[in-house]
Amino acid sequence: MKISLQWLSEWVDVGSDIKSLAHSLTMAGLEIEGISAVAPAMSGIVVAEVLETHKHPDAEKLSVCRVNDGKQEIQIVCGAANVRAGIKVPLATVGALMPKGMEIKKAKLRGVESFGMLCSAKELGLAEESNGLLELPTKLTTGQNLIDALRLDDTILEVNLTPNRGDCMSVLGVAREVAALNGKSLVVPAQSAVTATIQDSFPVRIESTGCCKFVSRVIRGIKPGARSPEWLSERLRRAGVRSISAVVDVTNYVLLELGQPMHAYDLNRLQGGLVVRQARDQEDTTLLDGKPIKLTSDVMVIADEKQAHGMAGVMGGLDSAIGDATTDILLEVAFFEPDAIAGRGRRYGLVTDASQRFERGVDFNLQERAMERATQLILEAAGGQVGPVQIVSSKVKTRSPVTLRHQRLGRLLGQPIATANVTAILNSLGMSVAHQGDQWQVTPPSWRFDLCIEADLIEEVARIYGYDNIVTTPAPMSQRLRGITERRISIERIAGVLVDRGYHEAITYSFTDPKIQQILFPNQPALTLANPISSELSVMRLSLWPGLVQALMANQRRQQPRVRLFETGRQFSSDGYVETDMLAGIVSGTVASKQWGEGTREVDFFDVKADVEALLGAAGSADTFSFDRAELHCIRVNPREYTAMEHP
Amino acid sequence: MSEPSTDIASLSTAALNEIAACHGLADLDQIRVRLLGKKGELTNQLKNLGSMDPDARRAAGAVINAAKDTLTSALDARREALQAAEFERQLAAETIDVTLPGRGQTIGGFHPVTRVRQRIEAIFRQAGFDIVDGPEIEDDWHNFAALNIPDNHPARAMHDTFYFGDGRLLRTHTSPVQVRAMKNMQAPLRVIAPGRVYRCDSDMTHTPMFHQVEGLVVDENVSFANLKAVLHEFMKVFFEADVGMRLRPSYFPFTEPSAEVDISCVACSGKGCRVCKQTGWLEVAGCGMVHPNVLRAVNIDPEKFTGYAFGMGVERLTMLRYKINDIRLYFENDLNFLKQFN
Repeated sequence: MKISLQWLSEWVDVGSDIKSLAHSLTMAGLEIEGISAVAPAMSGIVVAEVLETHKHPDAEKLSVCRVNDGKQEIQIVCGAANVRAGIKVPLATVGALMPKGMEIKKAKLRGVESFGMLCSAKELGLAEESNGLLELPTKLTTGQNLIDALRLDDTILEVNLTPNRGDCMSVLGVAREVAALNGKSLVVPAQSAVTATIQDSFPVRIESTGCCKFVSRVIRGIKPGARSPEWLSERLRRAGVRSISAVVDVTNYVLLELGQPMHAYDLNRLQGGLVVRQARDQEDTTLLDGKPIKLTSDVMVIADEKQAHGMAGVMGGLDSAIGDATTDILLEVAFFEPDAIAGRGRRYGLVTDASQRFERGVDFNLQERAMERATQLILEAAGGQVGPVQIVSSKVKTRSPVTLRHQRLGRLLGQPIATANVTAILNSLGMSVAHQGDQWQVTPPSWRFDLCIEADLIEEVARIYGYDNIVTTPAPMSQRLRGITERRISIERIAGVLVDRGYHEAITYSFTDPKIQQILFPNQPALTLANPISSELSVMRLSLWPGLVQALMANQRRQQPRVRLFETGRQFSSDGYVETDMLAGIVSGTVASKQWGEGTREVDFFDVKADVEALLGAAGSADTFSFDRAELHCIRVNPREYTAMEHP
Repeated sequence: MSEPSTDIASLSTAALNEIAACHGLADLDQIRVRLLGKKGELTNQLKNLGSMDPDARRAAGAVINAAKDTLTSALDARREALQAAEFERQLAAETIDVTLPGRGQTIGGFHPVTRVRQRIEAIFRQAGFDIVDGPEIEDDWHNFAALNIPDNHPARAMHDTFYFGDGRLLRTHTSPVQVRAMKNMQAPLRVIAPGRVYRCDSDMTHTPMFHQVEGLVVDENVSFANLKAVLHEFMKVFFEADVGMRLRPSYFPFTEPSAEVDISCVACSGKGCRVCKQTGWLEVAGCGMVHPNVLRAVNIDPEKFTGYAFGMGVERLTMLRYKINDIRLYFENDLNFLKQFN
C-alpha cells in the first residue's frame, strides 16, 4: 500500500526524519518496503503561460512561442503538438536542472533562438509515458516554482501490511499507528454534516445477517461527466489509483483516506428499492469489470426489485454503474461482517480494494463520517442537490472487553512491564482500559478486528514497548537425555556410503512428469495434483527414479561423461496416500572417471550391485540379503528423448 | 720357458685394462673366474710354483701374489662401481611422478540443502531438540484449521496450495508437524521438524518445492525472551559469526505474539548492500508464541503450558551460507553445481 507523507501529515505530525519514521513503523509491524520521492530532484522549473504561437519558418513540426515565465516574456521553440496560446505548462528556464541531470541552456533551433524548454510529464519524471506538454490547471500562479505549485515535495511510503492489520489500510489507519508510536495525538479534521437540500431518499432493506448497517444518500443533478479536481486525482495517482470520474474518484478517495469502501449507483438504473440479501443459487450478475458471473447462496448481494447489482463488499454491478451521462446518484456506505465477505471475491478471482478491507474488518463506527466526507467532496467536484442521510441498521455492533492479566503478560513475554506503561500503551492504541487489582479490562476500538483474546493484547503491548527491549533470556537446559538405538542406522550413514563411493546427492521434485513415470511404471496409478504448476510436474512420484532419470538426462545434455546420483525422499502411493522413505540411485557412463595409464569401461550391473552390497554391508547385514531376478522395465535414455524398451 | 715375472706383469696389465673396460657385472665375474678361478690363469701360475726351486719359487710367488692382490682389489672396486651404477639405474627406472592423478573412484558429495539441514539439526540437537517428521500430503485440518487458519482466512491466500481432487493437499509449511507432535507427545516437548514443503508458485525467486525447519518448544514457563535467546544463539552458531538479530512484529495465525526474524546482513555486516537491499538486515525466519487456540486444538491446556514456535527456509539459509544467488540451481541437479559442495 502506498501512503503519501503529505496526506499522512494532515492527520498526524510525522516529524522531519523520514528514515526514523519508517524504522519505527517497521519495528512496530508495519514494514516499510520502500521510500520514494514523488518527483525526482530538479530545479528551475516554473509554471509558464503560453501567450502566442506561430509556425517555425524552417521546421514543419516546431512552433515558436511567446511565453510568460512570471517575470518577463521570452521566446521558446517547442515541438509538442498540443502547444497553443492560453495554456499553462511547465517551463524549464535557462539554467534549470532536469531530473536526469541535464542543464537547460539557451539554444538556437533551426536558426531561431529558444530561452528554455516547455516540458512533458515524462521529461519531468512524473509519468512513464506522456503525450505532449503537461497541461497545468490554469488557476496556478504563473512564475511559481512547479514543485511548490503541484506540491511535488512529497514522499511515498510503501507499506507491507500483514493480513491482521486491515485497520491500517488507510491514511487514517497509518496515522493512528504513527500517533501511538510517536506519542503524538491524531489530528482528526472536523467533518461537518452536509445539510440536505432535497428530501429524496431510496428505500433500503437488510435481509442478510452479514450486513449490520447500510447508510445511503441520494444526490441529484450532479454535473454529468465531471472530473475530479487536480489535487484529488493527484492524490489518487500517488496512491496508485487511476482517476475515472469525479464520483468514482471520491469513493476511492474516501476508501484510501478512511479505509471505508463505498459505492455509488446511477440512481435512475435502480428499480423500486434496494435489498441486502444472499444471492440465489446460480443467480446471474454482471460486475463492473464486465464479467458475467453465476453466484452461490453464500455470496451477499445488493439487489433492486429486478436484479443483483454486484457482490456486496467486493464489486458493484455494471448495469447501475456511474457513466458520463449520470446525473442522479445513490451513495452507499455499509458495514459488512468480515465472515460474510471473506473468500467470496477470491472464488471469482477478484481481490478488490473493497473486499480486502471488508474481509479484514472495517471500523463499524465509520460509515456516517465517510458519507459526509464523500458528499462534501462530490459537491465540490460535481455539484448537485443533496438528500438526507438514511441509516438502515440490523444490529448494533459493540466490542466486549478482554481481560489482560499482568502476571500472564510477564510470563508470556519473560519480562514484566510496569503497570503504568501497559495502561499507557493500551490507551495510545485507542483502547478503553479499566485497571483493577492485577488486571485490566480492555475494550478494543471499533477498528481493531484482530484483538479478541488476551494474547492479542500482550502482542500489542510488546509491539509498542518494542520487541528489541525485551531482554534475551536463555531457558535452563533439560537434563533429560534421549536414548540412542543401535538397531536402526541413520540415513546419513547410508547416504554417506554412497557419497564415499562417488555419488552426488540430487534433490528432485516430489511431483514428476506422468509420461516418464508411465514408461517406468506402466499401468500404475499415481496421485494427480488438481492444480499442478505444469503438466510436466503434475503427478506424485511412485519412485525416486523418474526424477533421477531426468536429472541424469539433464547432466548428459551438459556433456557429463559420467553421472552417479542418489536421492533420499518419499515416494507416494495412490493407494491410501502411503508415503514411503526411499533411497535410489542412478549411474551412467564409465566405471571410474577418465584414468591415465589404463583403459576404462562402461558401468555394468555388477558395479552397481557392489554399491548396493556396500549399502547392505553398512547396515551390518549384507549376508542376510540375496538377489533375485525381477521384472524390470527399462528405458533407453539419451540426452534428447526417452523411449520405452522392454529388457530381455 | 719365459721369465715368469714378465709374463705376470703383462698378464696383470692386460687384465687391469680388461677390468677397467668391463661394463657388466656378469662380464666382470667371467674375468674374475678366468684370472682367479680354480682353473684361472693366475691360479695356474701359483700351481706351477711347486715345480720350481725354492729361491725362484719365493721370488715368483711374491710377484704372483702381488699381482693377485692387485687384480682382486681391482675386481672388487670395479664390482662396487658397477653395482652402484646398476642401483642408480634401477632407482632411476623405478622413480614415479607423484604429481600424476590417482586412479579409481572419486568422492561424491551431499546436496548443499542437505548439508545445511544436517547443520541445523546438529545445532538444535545440542540444545536438546528431538527431530520429528510428518506426512507431506496433509489434510486441511492439520495444515490450516488446527493452526488457527479457518476457511476464507486471508492468510490462506498467502499459501498457494497444491490440492488433490479429494481436498487433501501438499503441506504448505512444516507447521502441521507441530500439530502432530503435540498431539502425539503432549507437553512438555522440544522438537524440530525439517522437511519438504510445497507452494504453487514458480518464478525467479520461488520454486514449487522447498525445505523448511520448524521448531517448537512447549513447557510450563516458556517465554518470548527464551525464544529470542534460542534463535539468536542459533544464528550466531549457524553463521559462525557474531551476527546481530532483531525481531520485528508480524502476523502468523498460529502464533501470538508473532515476529519476523531479521539478522544483520552476513554479506556486508549490516552496512547495506545488494543482498540486503541496502537495509542491512536479512529476513531469515518467522516465529512467535504458540496461539492458545493451537494448544487447545491438541488438548494442551494453554493456562498451564506456553510455547514458542519458529520456522525457517533451508534454501534461504543455504543461499546465505554458500552465497548462492539463484534458487533455481537447487533442483537442476547439475553436477557442475553439486561438485562445488564436496
